[in-house]
Amino acid sequence: MMKTEYNFITNIIEKNSTVLDVGCDDGILMEFLRKNKNVNIRGIEISKKKVQICIAKGLTVIEGNAEFDLKQFPKNSFDYVVLGQTLQAFINPEIVIKELLRVGKKAIVTIPNFGNWKVRLDLLFKGTMPITSSLPHEWYNTPNIHMCTIKDFVKFSETMNFKIVKSLALINKNISNISKSNIFLKNLLGELGIFLIEK
Amino acid sequence: MNIRENIKTLIIEKPLKLDCGRTISKFPLAYETYGKLNENKDNAILVFHALTGDQFVTGVNPITKKDGWWSYAVGPKKSIDTDKYFVICSNVIGGCMGSFGPSHENPETKKIYGTDFPVITINDMVNAQVNLLDFFNIKKLFSVVGGSMGGMQVLQFVSNFPDKAKTAVPIACTSSHSAQNIAFNELGRQAITADHNWMDGKYNSKRTLPDKGLAVARMAAHITYLSKKSLQEKFGRNLQERDDLKFGFDADFQIESYLRYQGSVFVDRFDANSYLYITRAMDYFDLVKQFDGNLSNAFKKTKTKFFIMSFTSDWLYPTQENKDIVIALNAIGANVGFVEIDSDKGHDSFLLEVPDFLNALKNFLDKSYIESNDEN
Repeated sequence: MMKTEYNFITNIIEKNSTVLDVGCDDGILMEFLRKNKNVNIRGIEISKKKVQICIAKGLTVIEGNAEFDLKQFPKNSFDYVVLGQTLQAFINPEIVIKELLRVGKKAIVTIPNFGNWKVRLDLLFKGTMPITSSLPHEWYNTPNIHMCTIKDFVKFSETMNFKIVKSLALINKNISNISKSNIFLKNLLGELGIFLIEK
Repeated sequence: MNIRENIKTLIIEKPLKLDCGRTISKFPLAYETYGKLNENKDNAILVFHALTGDQFVTGVNPITKKDGWWSYAVGPKKSIDTDKYFVICSNVIGGCMGSFGPSHENPETKKIYGTDFPVITINDMVNAQVNLLDFFNIKKLFSVVGGSMGGMQVLQFVSNFPDKAKTAVPIACTSSHSAQNIAFNELGRQAITADHNWMDGKYNSKRTLPDKGLAVARMAAHITYLSKKSLQEKFGRNLQERDDLKFGFDADFQIESYLRYQGSVFVDRFDANSYLYITRAMDYFDLVKQFDGNLSNAFKKTKTKFFIMSFTSDWLYPTQENKDIVIALNAIGANVGFVEIDSDKGHDSFLLEVPDFLNALKNFLDKSYIESNDEN
């Protein structure tokens, strides 16, 4: 995750709230939030190695897979559930989104935008699956099996019947609001979409 | 056994009502400590031992002259750093290293208790050991730590005394002994009671010990502590000091010889009746049932911070059973971390040199200790 992304997530989250970081990686966002927002933060991470790193940082993390292990948390266990750039890697993103919104009162979801112009040009001119700095994998070894665009995610919210409270695009380290009138452009230029959602 | 002089013993004056209904009082609890209790008395860790463990956690065990059972994990600069923490461990009641057990004399009959000793439970063990806190004048432990049956005691301790431990580390354990666990324990008990020398548990007075039965019990149990892979890698079909099979029933294979050796050294340090009593306590352990089918209720009142670890190759207390505890804790919003450690060494992993495990334990304790000092 990029630093700008953290800053933004940190800005959204209110002080002294409870947060679950799903796919917390080596706990950088967790540490950042703990320091800056005094939040009560937990993490869930699939990699044993990364869980170990988090424990060495004094973070409370459980080893687990978000697709199966969110079940154990009761409804509204956390004020916020954060899912950073991993929705596209799940076998079943629909279930994951439902689970995020059950476990958290609100969820913050970020997605690498497959609608970005570089991605589009890559496919248009090369005729091969796009490879960019934020999507560095080949089609056959990418963990990103459910890529979507900013526009797709907005459509997804309508089908799945959840509310987008805030939506932002990250373009060249700058954050800007996405609105109905500018979504065409943001979907073309945005590298990342950041969404605050609720039921 | 002439072991008394090396054993520190606390006499518990307060009557303790056991789960079986009987009450005991003025009973001995043998313990050992490592490190120093600090001025604030906030650096104490109570370690609970497993089935065949004792109070001699680390350093040389003065009775067996061998390294303490958790020497890899406990000591200066180790995972449980005795330069930093004050470690207390006591022999469980029912045990045979100085605490009140079936090899003690019944003052009424002047004979060894044997099977007249009351059946004890994990709950009883923990309720006996909590007296150590008063003895050392400790209001709240920094941590309670234990693997296997020690882990069960950790769970029971936090459940019984929700405000007496800041952190808790149950390792490779379960909240409820499974049918398979009970089956293996029963196998061991049957081996002991089938030995003619057991004599309905009255062997001590006759000076003949059911060593054969106890050794077989140990051999069977030992297999459950290892993994198929580790056995295969260590022994395979290697032959024991011979070039070919001998077409007889001597120990042809190294694994046979190894198990026989494990059995034979065990009987020198362990009491057969204690083995019956302690395995029974494990079998009766069912924290889920104790809380009417909802394990979460066992921890409802606690603010203790948990860290649970399991091992990939542990088939005696598999990861899922450890995870069930994590799930129960998350269901009530308790503070719980969990990791499954990669290890081929089976259930015994927690006693061995498994760096990922030892590092995780150290990191959790040391970071939590700093955190708890910041809060004060």
